Amino acid sequence: MRPETEAELADMIASASGPVCVRGGGTRGVSLDGSVLETGGLSGITLYEPGSLTLVAQSGTPLAEIEAALDAEGQRLAFEPMDHRGLLGTSGAPTIGGVVAANVSGPRRVSVGACRDFVLGVRYVDGAGTIVKNGGRVMKNVTGYDLVKLMSGSWGTLGVLTEVNLKVLPKPETAACVLIDGLSDADAVQAMAKALASPFEVSGAAHIPVGLDGHPVTMLRIEGFAGSVAYRSDQVAGLFGDMAVRVERDPAAVAKGWAWVRDVEAFHGQPGDVWRVSCTPTGAAELAATIGAEALLYDWGGGLVWARVAAGTDVRARLGAFDGHATLVRGSGQAKFQPEPAAIAALSRGLRLKFDPEGILNTGLMG
Amino acid sequence: MSLVLNFSLAYFRVLVISFYQFGGYAMQMPTPDATVLSRKAGIVARLQEVLPRDAVISDEMETRAYECDALTAYKCPPLAVVLPASTQEVSAVLKVCHEMGVPVVPRGSGTSLAGGALPTADCVLLGVARMNDVLETDYANRFIRVQTGRTNLSVTGAVEADGFFYAPDPSSQLACAIAGNIAMNSGGAHCLKYGVTTNNLMGVTMVQMDGTIMEIGGKHLDAGGYDLLGLICGSEGQLGVVTEATLRILPKPEGARPVLMGFDANEVAGACVADIIKAGVLPVAIEFMDRPCIEATEAFAKAGYPMCEALLIIEVEGSPAEIEEQLALILEIARKHNPVELREAKDADEAGRIWLGRKSAFGAMGQINDYMCLDGTIPVAELPYVLRRIGEMSKEYGLDVANVFHAGDGNMHPLILFDANKEGDLELCEAFGADILRLCVEVGGCLTGEHGVGIEKRDLMLDQFAPADLEAQMAVKDVFDPHWLLNPAKVFPLAASESRRSVALAAE
Repeated sequence: MRPETEAELADMIASASGPVCVRGGGTRGVSLDGSVLETGGLSGITLYEPGSLTLVAQSGTPLAEIEAALDAEGQRLAFEPMDHRGLLGTSGAPTIGGVVAANVSGPRRVSVGACRDFVLGVRYVDGAGTIVKNGGRVMKNVTGYDLVKLMSGSWGTLGVLTEVNLKVLPKPETAACVLIDGLSDADAVQAMAKALASPFEVSGAAHIPVGLDGHPVTMLRIEGFAGSVAYRSDQVAGLFGDMAVRVERDPAAVAKGWAWVRDVEAFHGQPGDVWRVSCTPTGAAELAATIGAEALLYDWGGGLVWARVAAGTDVRARLGAFDGHATLVRGSGQAKFQPEPAAIAALSRGLRLKFDPEGILNTGLMG
Repeated sequence: MSLVLNFSLAYFRVLVISFYQFGGYAMQMPTPDATVLSRKAGIVARLQEVLPRDAVISDEMETRAYECDALTAYKCPPLAVVLPASTQEVSAVLKVCHEMGVPVVPRGSGTSLAGGALPTADCVLLGVARMNDVLETDYANRFIRVQTGRTNLSVTGAVEADGFFYAPDPSSQLACAIAGNIAMNSGGAHCLKYGVTTNNLMGVTMVQMDGTIMEIGGKHLDAGGYDLLGLICGSEGQLGVVTEATLRILPKPEGARPVLMGFDANEVAGACVADIIKAGVLPVAIEFMDRPCIEATEAFAKAGYPMCEALLIIEVEGSPAEIEEQLALILEIARKHNPVELREAKDADEAGRIWLGRKSAFGAMGQINDYMCLDGTIPVAELPYVLRRIGEMSKEYGLDVANVFHAGDGNMHPLILFDANKEGDLELCEAFGADILRLCVEVGGCLTGEHGVGIEKRDLMLDQFAPADLEAQMAVKDVFDPHWLLNPAKVFPLAASESRRSVALAAE
């Protein structure tokens, strides 16, 4: 199924006789039983007002098209959505609907917020085929319940997004990266916490235990106007005067490095399952050690741990109880999402029943 | 900074229009449940079993202290008031009310301008004011965990000595509670850069209507499943009672400095804002005042503002050199728009003078008139059109309007001036206000940017949402609170929620 309009999509869902597998660009590794419903026919930027920092697009619009339009005005999606293709070995073109449905955020999530923080409004078709809108295209809106947040990250299980309204931000003039060499995971987490707690607006904090040259490297990103970036990167570097600190000031190299972190390039083409663990940053090194991973990558100052493990490893069993959650991003044999405590699971189930009474949307994926 | 604002608003309303009571005025509330009213003694006795003696108030004189929030035109003492001191006590209270079919209205500090904490005669009002402790501060992970009765400003107060702050800063921040901030997803003057409550909330301890205690979110980022935290924030106390909150705290910027600029037309000021944003500067605040507002604040606060059609106050943050860098760019853009005035602050004193008038604006308006404060949001690009339309409508209604708002994010606070002692003027003002909010919706905006729907905008919801849109929202309440006992008469038009509320009553 490939509807060309929202009304057509609603009809298809209303008359669906069995499970429907919702697909944007098909790059995020969702493959389920059921008739495939592609959103690619719902494509195009419907409104873009750079002066209002807002962009409205149909859900099947390729992300690349949106990024190009923003780039032309010196703006961007600040939440820095990850491209899953390299990690999952998928092809196709990521869509904005897929980004929102999976709440895909990158390294800048630690400083500016997640995808869900930049979605101002949505239109969607629920499991009964009803067209619903929520939110709007303004930055401050508390009119009624915030179903925008609920839809963001619900992976198409509560409704099929047809249109999303986004808050966009100016692209900074330049960027630099403070690099610290040779830190242990625990020391790196401490250093990242120190940098993020400084007033110098660090917009990315990642640590790679085994970097490209085989040694650990800790990365701290600074973005903004040229003078400000020069000043702040010196200040941040100064926080670590007793360590092996370098500053990368070539914006192209900085961008490349952070795309490498964003897309977890270190794991591309490497065997095994890939897990994504959201946790309390300062506990990250200790927690990650329990996983027994073959490779690790820390982002969000330690608040996000990427782990590559032998296929079939039950990472959740190894982690035990902790403040956070683990998602299986690549691999099978385990539930993709962290099982929820009973009271929360009951709410999730209840919501699922209301939004998709027949349970036809991405059946079995979530909720 | 702008605490003057909501306090003064509440003050002038109390002063002038407090004689309005239910029944004599536009906004309807459901008929109280006679069965619940008749069982008052039994309900109070059950509550006293689970709470300390002084935490249950049932005396009719004493419950009057809770008869309204900052929307003081509406008043109604609750059946009883409970002031639990812990999550467990909140749970016990809700269990009792759930079993006995008694509606519960949660209350933070009672500063809602939308009637979010307005009681009904058959409700137990649950105040969280006794729960105001800081439970944990963690600078390495940049969060603070507090009980939700704590005031917004005292959250920052708890961390500022160590160089941190809590970003959302509603005007009532000296008084308003985190519980209410979460319920209304409160904003403030600095949201353009730092976002609103939902963007700074990491986790909550919430008690459901049946007494179930749950932890949602925590010290980590994002949800592992559905984003229930995002759903709860802004749900106006209808999904559960939030007793504890984990809040993101941020390192304080090195410094901040405002610049003031005056223009001879609203359109020009609007264009200047758009150009600044397009140039890649993200000021921490962009405040706009129009001529009626400038005149009133000048008469009141004597801040030395230029007499012009539109005035902008723009504030940027950073080190002195960074501030210079941003201000240079902003001033360069402003000069292209032929400002009638550009005023930079050379020191803290001058910065204070620039902010003085803006901070005094609401109080100043109250000095010259009774007023009603609106809270719609519009796409920034629609600013000139909306201001022009408001001006035209002002003539049609014969009521003056002063505009003051957060221009960077399009959140407008038009103040409609009226005479409460004049027969029919308040009703006229309300009708005018509703028309302005409809205009906001018409141009792609919304009814409320940061105050919430409460009862105030409840009946305008169908101007923004189709029935199916409201149905989806009400279905969420069905899941969290199947009997519709939590704050049931708010947010949704009474006719839209009636079948759900009456089923709840019939179930008794």
